[in-house]
Amino acid sequence: MSSSPDPALPAAERTAIVRDSLGVGIATGAYGVSFGAVSVAAGLDVWQTCALSLLVFTGASQFALVGVVAGGGAPLAGTAAALLLGTRNTLYGLKVGPLLQWRGWRRALGAHLLIDESTAMSVGRDSVPAARLGFLTTGVSIFVLWNLFTLLGALAGTAIGDPATYGLDAAVGAAFLALLWPRLDSWHHRVVALLAAAVALGAVPLTPAGVPVLAAGAVAVLAGLLRPAGRREEAS
Amino acid sequence: MTWVAVLLAAAGCYLLKLGGLSVPPRVLEHPLVRRVADLIPVALLAALIAVQVAASGSELVLDARLAALAAAAVLLVLRAPFLVVVFGSALLAALIRAVG
Repeated sequence: MSSSPDPALPAAERTAIVRDSLGVGIATGAYGVSFGAVSVAAGLDVWQTCALSLLVFTGASQFALVGVVAGGGAPLAGTAAALLLGTRNTLYGLKVGPLLQWRGWRRALGAHLLIDESTAMSVGRDSVPAARLGFLTTGVSIFVLWNLFTLLGALAGTAIGDPATYGLDAAVGAAFLALLWPRLDSWHHRVVALLAAAVALGAVPLTPAGVPVLAAGAVAVLAGLLRPAGRREEAS
Repeated sequence: MTWVAVLLAAAGCYLLKLGGLSVPPRVLEHPLVRRVADLIPVALLAALIAVQVAASGSELVLDARLAALAAAAVLLVLRAPFLVVVFGSALLAALIRAVG
């Protein structure tokens, strides 16, 4: 339990990390069912939906891509939105890279599991084995369940027919709001969210579908440039 | 076209993850980069909500989707789990449409 890499993790610590990580993994993996249902409601087929969960494997980016497609936007505009949201995983990588200390193929494989939850369950551990255990248990359990539940949701969504009858099209907004909610923890973030929504709505009648969402990305850049004193928000 | 979008997103999102693990932390730890990166999810998710709820093609319309979003907000205030928020709001939209 020193700060140096210790290959022998105490059994009690090991058990606690695995238990917490599995808890997060199960809770998160299960909402793959909503992604699967929403994605086929947006017009993607079951294979495309499953490919997103297998290969993109970062929830907000996946929802963004299908959200843009659902709104009638060009699929590539959806890709752009997905990539913009994916940039936060780069920052997570900067944070957990020194903790995990992987090289070569381990790093290449581990990178696929780098998401909000695996980061949260590995930062703050006091040794490399503990960080790796939290990261892998969380990442692998979410990966397995997220893909399984995506398939279930996509099959169910396909089976029930027109998504509008069941309100599934309306659920996309709810899913985004649930993803945004924990980030509305400061006035700065709330103002940026409102401005971004206003810019997007203003752009809807003027630009092709998909562009309004990307235009709102400019609000983030401007707010970042204009608010050099906003240091308090960086703690999270 | 959808497949191209799916595979490009897959390749790009993977490289963004791998890049973060591979790049020395100092390269991207510029305060401005951190601030903007912190705000991008907020701005994009808010824009996605707005477009998802109020846009229909290139028109702005108010319908059952807005009520569903309000229901989602209430459920979030009540700390409901993600699945309850998503399917609860879907249920409300379905009910409004069935009645209207």
